[in-house]
Amino acid sequence: MTTMTAQTTQVYSVFIKATPEQVWDAITKPDFTEQYFFGARIDIKDGRRLTTLGEMEWDEEVLEAEAPTRLVHRFVAAYDPDMGAEEPSRVTWEIEPQDGGITKLTVVHDQLESAPKTAESVAGGWMYILSGLKTLLETGKPLAG
Amino acid sequence: MDDDQVFKALADPTRRHLLDRLFERDGRTLTELESELEMTRFGVMKHLRVLEDAGLVVPRREGREKLHFLNPVPIRLIHDRWIDKYTEHRVAALADLKNELEESA
Repeated sequence: MTTMTAQTTQVYSVFIKATPEQVWDAITKPDFTEQYFFGARIDIKDGRRLTTLGEMEWDEEVLEAEAPTRLVHRFVAAYDPDMGAEEPSRVTWEIEPQDGGITKLTVVHDQLESAPKTAESVAGGWMYILSGLKTLLETGKPLAG
Repeated sequence: MDDDQVFKALADPTRRHLLDRLFERDGRTLTELESELEMTRFGVMKHLRVLEDAGLVVPRREGREKLHFLNPVPIRLIHDRWIDKYTEHRVAALADLKNELEESA
Protein backbone atom coordinates (compact mmCIF):
# COMPACT_ATOMS: atom_id res chain seq x y z
CA MET A 1 0.00 0.00 0.00
CA THR A 2 1.49 3.28 -1.08
CA THR A 3 0.65 6.43 0.78
CA MET A 4 -1.22 9.13 -0.97
CA THR A 5 0.55 12.41 -1.57
CA ALA A 6 -1.82 15.21 -0.79
CA GLN A 7 -3.26 16.39 -4.08
CA THR A 8 -3.53 20.11 -4.74
CA THR A 9 -6.57 19.51 -6.94
CA GLN A 10 -9.06 16.90 -5.80
CA VAL A 11 -12.15 15.81 -7.71
CA TYR A 12 -15.13 13.93 -6.26
CA SER A 13 -18.24 12.99 -8.16
CA VAL A 14 -21.47 11.19 -7.38
CA PHE A 15 -24.75 10.42 -9.19
CA ILE A 16 -27.82 11.08 -7.08
CA LYS A 17 -31.45 10.21 -7.77
CA ALA A 18 -32.77 13.71 -7.07
CA THR A 19 -33.40 16.98 -8.89
CA PRO A 20 -30.73 19.69 -9.18
CA GLU A 21 -32.90 21.87 -6.90
CA GLN A 22 -32.92 19.19 -4.20
CA VAL A 23 -29.15 18.86 -4.42
CA TRP A 24 -28.77 22.62 -4.26
CA ASP A 25 -30.93 22.81 -1.13
CA ALA A 26 -28.99 19.97 0.45
CA ILE A 27 -25.70 21.85 0.11
CA THR A 28 -26.93 25.35 0.97
CA LYS A 29 -29.39 24.82 3.82
CA PRO A 30 -28.25 24.10 7.39
CA ASP A 31 -31.11 21.70 8.23
CA PHE A 32 -29.78 19.43 5.47
CA THR A 33 -26.05 19.88 5.93
CA GLU A 34 -26.11 18.96 9.59
CA GLN A 35 -27.34 15.49 8.62
CA TYR A 36 -24.35 14.58 6.47
CA PHE A 37 -21.61 17.24 6.87
CA PHE A 38 -20.11 16.02 10.15
CA GLY A 39 -23.00 17.75 11.94
CA ALA A 40 -22.06 21.19 10.62
CA ARG A 41 -24.85 23.68 9.98
CA ILE A 42 -23.90 25.50 6.78
CA ASP A 43 -25.78 28.49 5.45
CA ILE A 44 -25.14 30.39 2.22
CA LYS A 45 -26.17 33.98 2.83
CA ASP A 46 -25.18 37.44 1.58
CA GLY A 47 -22.10 36.24 -0.25
CA ARG A 48 -20.79 34.28 2.74
CA ARG A 49 -20.79 30.63 3.65
CA LEU A 50 -21.46 30.46 7.37
CA THR A 51 -20.62 27.30 9.26
CA THR A 52 -21.65 26.42 12.79
CA LEU A 53 -20.13 23.31 14.30
CA GLY A 54 -20.76 22.76 18.00
CA GLU A 55 -19.55 25.95 19.64
CA MET A 56 -17.39 26.98 16.69
CA GLU A 57 -18.47 29.39 14.04
CA TRP A 58 -16.68 30.67 10.97
CA ASP A 59 -17.39 31.92 7.49
CA GLU A 60 -15.87 31.84 4.04
CA GLU A 61 -16.31 34.01 0.97
CA VAL A 62 -18.74 32.83 -1.72
CA LEU A 63 -17.13 33.44 -5.11
CA GLU A 64 -20.03 32.32 -7.34
CA ALA A 65 -23.56 31.18 -6.58
CA GLU A 66 -25.85 30.20 -9.44
CA ALA A 67 -28.74 28.18 -8.06
CA PRO A 68 -29.19 25.31 -8.76
CA THR A 69 -26.11 24.52 -10.84
CA ARG A 70 -22.96 26.07 -9.46
CA LEU A 71 -21.50 27.16 -6.14
CA VAL A 72 -17.90 28.28 -5.64
CA HIS A 73 -16.52 29.30 -2.29
CA ARG A 74 -13.31 29.68 -0.33
CA PHE A 75 -12.49 26.88 2.06
CA VAL A 76 -10.77 27.21 5.42
CA ALA A 77 -10.54 24.20 7.74
CA ALA A 78 -11.23 26.43 10.74
CA TYR A 79 -12.29 23.42 12.85
CA ASP A 80 -8.61 22.61 13.35
CA PRO A 81 -6.08 25.23 14.54
CA ASP A 82 -3.17 23.94 12.37
CA MET A 83 -5.20 23.62 9.22
CA GLY A 84 -7.20 26.76 9.94
CA ALA A 85 -3.96 28.77 9.85
CA GLU A 86 -3.25 27.67 6.27
CA GLU A 87 -4.13 29.75 3.20
CA PRO A 88 -7.76 29.51 2.04
CA SER A 89 -8.35 27.02 -0.78
CA ARG A 90 -11.33 26.81 -3.13
CA VAL A 91 -14.30 24.45 -3.46
CA THR A 92 -16.49 24.27 -6.59
CA TRP A 93 -19.81 22.39 -6.57
CA GLU A 94 -21.13 21.55 -10.03
CA ILE A 95 -24.67 20.23 -10.33
CA GLU A 96 -25.66 18.74 -13.71
CA PRO A 97 -28.98 17.09 -14.54
CA GLN A 98 -28.70 13.70 -16.32
CA ASP A 99 -31.27 11.46 -17.96
CA GLY A 100 -33.76 9.53 -15.84
CA GLY A 101 -34.14 11.91 -12.89
CA ILE A 102 -30.49 11.60 -11.95
CA THR A 103 -28.26 14.52 -11.02
CA LYS A 104 -24.50 14.47 -11.20
CA LEU A 105 -22.75 16.31 -8.41
CA THR A 106 -19.05 17.08 -8.78
CA VAL A 107 -16.93 18.68 -6.07
CA VAL A 108 -13.58 20.12 -7.08
CA HIS A 109 -11.37 21.16 -4.18
CA ASP A 110 -8.39 23.05 -5.57
CA GLN A 111 -5.91 25.85 -4.88
CA LEU A 112 -4.57 23.65 -2.08
CA GLU A 113 -0.91 24.45 -2.86
CA SER A 114 -0.52 26.53 0.30
CA ALA A 115 -2.65 24.28 2.46
CA PRO A 116 -0.88 20.89 2.53
CA LYS A 117 -2.34 19.76 5.87
CA THR A 118 -5.84 20.61 4.71
CA ALA A 119 -5.21 18.83 1.39
CA GLU A 120 -4.23 15.67 3.21
CA SER A 121 -7.06 15.81 5.69
CA VAL A 122 -10.08 16.55 3.45
CA ALA A 123 -9.72 13.61 1.04
CA GLY A 124 -11.51 11.08 3.24
CA GLY A 125 -13.91 13.75 4.39
CA TRP A 126 -15.31 14.56 0.96
CA MET A 127 -15.86 10.89 0.27
CA TYR A 128 -17.83 10.51 3.49
CA ILE A 129 -19.80 13.71 2.87
CA LEU A 130 -20.83 12.85 -0.71
CA SER A 131 -21.74 9.31 0.24
CA GLY A 132 -23.85 10.67 3.10
CA LEU A 133 -25.45 13.32 0.90
CA LYS A 134 -26.48 10.69 -1.66
CA THR A 135 -27.95 8.46 1.04
CA LEU A 136 -29.84 11.36 2.62
CA LEU A 137 -31.39 12.52 -0.67
CA GLU A 138 -32.27 9.03 -1.86
CA THR A 139 -33.60 7.56 1.37
CA GLY A 140 -34.45 10.63 3.45
CA LYS A 141 -32.23 9.26 6.18
CA PRO A 142 -28.67 10.10 7.24
CA LEU A 143 -25.94 7.50 6.68
CA ALA A 144 -25.84 5.04 9.56
CA GLY A 145 -22.75 4.82 11.74
CA MET B 1 -24.12 4.49 -13.32
CA ASP B 2 -24.54 1.54 -11.01
CA ASP B 3 -22.67 -0.96 -8.89
CA ASP B 4 -22.36 -3.39 -11.81
CA GLN B 5 -20.24 -0.94 -13.76
CA VAL B 6 -18.02 -0.28 -10.76
CA PHE B 7 -17.47 -4.00 -10.08
CA LYS B 8 -16.83 -4.60 -13.78
CA ALA B 9 -14.35 -1.73 -13.94
CA LEU B 10 -12.51 -3.04 -10.87
CA ALA B 11 -12.41 -6.60 -12.21
CA ASP B 12 -9.41 -5.91 -14.43
CA PRO B 13 -5.77 -5.67 -13.28
CA THR B 14 -4.82 -2.95 -15.78
CA ARG B 15 -7.67 -0.76 -14.64
CA ARG B 16 -6.82 -1.30 -10.97
CA HIS B 17 -3.24 -0.41 -11.86
CA LEU B 18 -4.42 2.83 -13.48
CA LEU B 19 -6.38 3.69 -10.32
CA ASP B 20 -3.28 3.03 -8.21
CA ARG B 21 -1.21 5.33 -10.45
CA LEU B 22 -3.80 8.07 -10.03
CA PHE B 23 -3.94 7.43 -6.30
CA GLU B 24 -0.21 8.18 -6.13
CA ARG B 25 -0.49 11.28 -8.24
CA ASP B 26 -3.80 12.58 -9.42
CA GLY B 27 -4.80 14.69 -12.40
CA ARG B 28 -2.72 13.09 -15.16
CA THR B 29 -2.90 13.23 -18.93
CA LEU B 30 -3.35 10.19 -21.14
CA THR B 31 0.24 10.59 -22.33
CA GLU B 32 1.57 10.43 -18.76
CA LEU B 33 -0.50 7.37 -17.92
CA GLU B 34 0.44 5.66 -21.15
CA SER B 35 4.15 6.11 -20.47
CA GLU B 36 3.85 3.95 -17.34
CA LEU B 37 2.05 1.06 -18.98
CA GLU B 38 3.22 -1.40 -21.57
CA MET B 39 0.18 -0.88 -23.67
CA THR B 40 -0.88 1.06 -26.74
CA ARG B 41 -2.43 4.49 -26.39
CA PHE B 42 -5.64 3.05 -27.72
CA GLY B 43 -5.63 0.31 -25.07
CA VAL B 44 -5.13 2.80 -22.25
CA MET B 45 -7.90 4.99 -23.68
CA LYS B 46 -10.26 2.04 -23.73
CA HIS B 47 -9.56 1.20 -20.09
CA LEU B 48 -9.91 4.83 -19.05
CA ARG B 49 -13.26 4.93 -20.78
CA VAL B 50 -14.54 1.99 -18.71
CA LEU B 51 -13.30 3.71 -15.54
CA GLU B 52 -15.00 6.95 -16.60
CA ASP B 53 -18.28 5.18 -17.31
CA ALA B 54 -18.16 3.69 -13.83
CA GLY B 55 -17.48 7.14 -12.36
CA LEU B 56 -14.13 6.01 -10.94
CA VAL B 57 -12.19 8.44 -13.12
CA VAL B 58 -13.39 11.96 -13.83
CA PRO B 59 -11.83 13.78 -16.78
CA ARG B 60 -11.44 17.54 -16.57
CA ARG B 61 -10.16 20.05 -19.07
CA GLU B 62 -7.45 22.34 -17.88
CA GLY B 63 -6.28 24.67 -20.59
CA ARG B 64 -5.46 22.50 -23.57
CA GLU B 65 -5.03 19.36 -21.52
CA LYS B 66 -7.47 16.71 -20.47
CA LEU B 67 -6.56 15.57 -16.96
CA HIS B 68 -7.80 12.39 -15.35
CA PHE B 69 -8.77 12.44 -11.70
CA LEU B 70 -9.44 9.48 -9.44
CA ASN B 71 -12.92 9.63 -7.94
CA PRO B 72 -13.05 7.36 -4.88
CA VAL B 73 -16.73 7.99 -4.10
CA PRO B 74 -18.10 4.90 -5.96
CA ILE B 75 -15.72 2.71 -3.97
CA ARG B 76 -16.94 4.32 -0.78
CA LEU B 77 -20.54 3.63 -1.84
CA ILE B 78 -19.70 -0.01 -2.46
CA HIS B 79 -18.08 -0.09 0.94
CA ASP B 80 -21.20 1.38 2.56
CA ARG B 81 -23.48 -0.98 0.67
CA TRP B 82 -21.51 -4.22 0.58
CA ILE B 83 -19.00 -4.18 3.39
CA ASP B 84 -20.37 -2.13 6.28
CA LYS B 85 -23.63 -4.01 6.15
CA TYR B 86 -22.12 -7.45 6.60
CA THR B 87 -19.41 -6.54 9.06
CA GLU B 88 -21.92 -4.66 11.17
CA HIS B 89 -24.19 -7.69 11.22
CA ARG B 90 -21.34 -9.84 12.43
CA VAL B 91 -20.48 -7.38 15.18
CA ALA B 92 -24.12 -7.23 16.22
CA ALA B 93 -24.34 -11.03 16.26
CA LEU B 94 -21.33 -11.22 18.56
CA ALA B 95 -22.82 -8.56 20.81
CA ASP B 96 -26.08 -10.55 21.01
CA LEU B 97 -24.18 -13.72 21.82
CA LYS B 98 -22.29 -11.94 24.59
CA ASN B 99 -25.54 -10.64 26.08
CA GLU B 100 -27.17 -14.05 25.96
CA LEU B 101 -24.22 -15.79 27.55
CA GLU B 102 -23.99 -13.20 30.27
CA GLU B 103 -27.70 -13.41 31.00
CA SER B 104 -27.66 -17.17 31.29
CA ALA B 105 -24.52 -17.13 33.43
